[in-house]
Amino acid sequence: MSGYSVTEPSKRQKWIAGLLVITYALVTLMPLLWVIATGFKSPEDSIAYPPKVVFQPSLEGYVNLFTTQTRITPDMEATLTPPKTWYEQIVRDKGMVIAGASRYGQRFLNSVIIGFGSTFFSVFLGTLAAYAFSRFKVPIKDDLLFFILSTRMMPPVAVAIPIFLMYRQLGLSDTHLGMILLYTAVNLSLSVWLLKGFIDEIPLEYEEAALIDGYTRFQAFYKVVLPQAATGIASTAIFCLIFAWNEYAFAVLLTSGTAQTAPPFIPTIIGVGGQDWPAVAAGATIFLLPVMIFTIMLRKHLLRGITFGAVRK
Amino acid sequence: MAEVTLNNICKSFGSQVALADVSMTVPDGSFVVLLGPTGAGKTTTLRLVSGLDKPDSGTILIDGVDAVAQSPAQRNVAMVFQQYSLYPHLSVRENLAFPLKSPILRTSAEEIVRKVGEVAETLQISHKLDNKATELSGGEMQRVSIGRALVRNPRIYLMDEPLSSLDAKLRSDLRIELKRIQASLGATILYVTHDQIEAMTMATQVGVLDHGKLVQFGTPREIYEDPVSIYAASRLGSPKINILPADFFPGAPGGAVSIGLRPEHIRLGEGQEVQTVRVEHLGDQTRLHLKINDLNLITLTESHTQIQPGERLKIAPQFPLYFGSNGERIKS
Ligand SMILES: Nc1ncnc2c1ncn2[C@@H]1O[C@H](COP(=O)(O)OP(=O)(O)O)[C@@H](O)[C@H]1O
Ligand SMILES: [Mg+2]
Repeated sequence: MSGYSVTEPSKRQKWIAGLLVITYALVTLMPLLWVIATGFKSPEDSIAYPPKVVFQPSLEGYVNLFTTQTRITPDMEATLTPPKTWYEQIVRDKGMVIAGASRYGQRFLNSVIIGFGSTFFSVFLGTLAAYAFSRFKVPIKDDLLFFILSTRMMPPVAVAIPIFLMYRQLGLSDTHLGMILLYTAVNLSLSVWLLKGFIDEIPLEYEEAALIDGYTRFQAFYKVVLPQAATGIASTAIFCLIFAWNEYAFAVLLTSGTAQTAPPFIPTIIGVGGQDWPAVAAGATIFLLPVMIFTIMLRKHLLRGITFGAVRK
Repeated sequence: MAEVTLNNICKSFGSQVALADVSMTVPDGSFVVLLGPTGAGKTTTLRLVSGLDKPDSGTILIDGVDAVAQSPAQRNVAMVFQQYSLYPHLSVRENLAFPLKSPILRTSAEEIVRKVGEVAETLQISHKLDNKATELSGGEMQRVSIGRALVRNPRIYLMDEPLSSLDAKLRSDLRIELKRIQASLGATILYVTHDQIEAMTMATQVGVLDHGKLVQFGTPREIYEDPVSIYAASRLGSPKINILPADFFPGAPGGAVSIGLRPEHIRLGEGQEVQTVRVEHLGDQTRLHLKINDLNLITLTESHTQIQPGERLKIAPQFPLYFGSNGERIKS
């Protein structure tokens, strides 16, 4: 920690580095902060010009997101009871009543099922395939690996029409299974390649030691390789989830009801008298949470390098 | 414990021949040491016996049963790897317990605690049991690696230079310990080393490997006193055997090209005149470095010798060994 160290930056350098990082973070996080702020604005504030930086926070956007509402007609007024909850109050203040739950919750659940489901299968199948490619003599291995990667080389739109037609024939359109299969297929190339890289880095010696210690090949894989591939599996899972979670084009094309995910749904949220921007922003904010939580949960695996040092080089 | 027999084993890696027609028997309860420089095929031999590699040709019998088709687990062998191979995601304790928890052993929890404790004690690593395997020094890793084999009671222990990273004190402690374990359990051990003291002190038999060929197999005494070649003679003995031209002393048999003379087999007093270059007092003995023309040789003398560097001495051979043009032994 002395001032003479080659690797330890000086105080001034640390300050400059810190400032740069904070500035960069602010610039890139600006749209995100904007969306989060808009979610807490009233509809009027959300379209005010010049934009309001300081505003009266409101939960109207969130209430609108989760409910459908109808305007109070004169003949309803007689039967109306006073609002019992804070959100009924917000709606009543606009001269409306809650008619029921919106479809956002269900769309969000679809995203969770399809996003995490496809991530699980991508990583599960990807790990097995990557292990086989890494450890065994697979005939035409290089060609197979290239072929797997090549599925990523064309733009997804190129296969949109065939997949659309195929899915209609197979009855997979607008089903959870169909979307999980599709996202798994798209993500597998990424997961096989990423995981093969990680597994290649794990020395063969550990599995050999486990074989000698009386374990079968599969047990050695499960007890010795998997724990050491945790870093790779965690980062691969994050990449797969982010892709499946944010995917828009195929979701628009192939889902409309039962299996519709949140991305195609959020832009369709319409309020009374125009786009309800606070509700859209609220929908986007909540939509961000699962990926964020997932990433934070797996972060410790991303930062851990555990394979160093137990094999003599 | 078991007898292991290798019959005409050949193994190549691409064009690199690792073992060429090796046959040997590791008798039940024996301590066989394989000697040879790096690349001689020692590790390959252990890997073939363990089942990690398959021979290109030849058979391996464990207790008379052909083992070539068996998996390492079926063979029930324990191995200490040259490169340690500790499981980095496990603690020292878990590393030592790992073989005991395998499906072939399924040891009870109390038994695991007892065995792990016992072995850790023997190897002087009890205080490190809760460390991560990655938080150890090289010598500690090596001891854990030995421990992972010793917790078991396999048909044969395979050990690949298991003491190479230890300091002198520990090394001599563990030499005695391994020998004790082998003797008291009647264990069969196939052991690889560079260290001739380990070979001399522990081996019941020594196998000398030269570029994938087993050139000699016998007791350490046999190989020391009756080597088949300069190569085999050079494997054992420290300081190394002196090699001199055959005409250096009179009396060489026909065809002999060189004389091998162990340091303790040089008599001082009469014969060839040589010059003393250096005198090393080792306490229990003294090493004399001698020189004549371009030839250097080393001999031993008593610890309180008065010989000074520069002094001229006369030497004569005492049990000379003669070798032919290819280094092969010629018996007179
Ligand atoms: N996996 C391998 N691939 C290629 N060559 C190998 C492999 N293992 C060993 N060899 C070669 O076989 C020969 C014997 O190696 P090895 O048994 O490791 O020798 P030692 O343990 O006596 O130093 C060496 O020439 C080595 O290069
Ligand atoms: Mg070796």
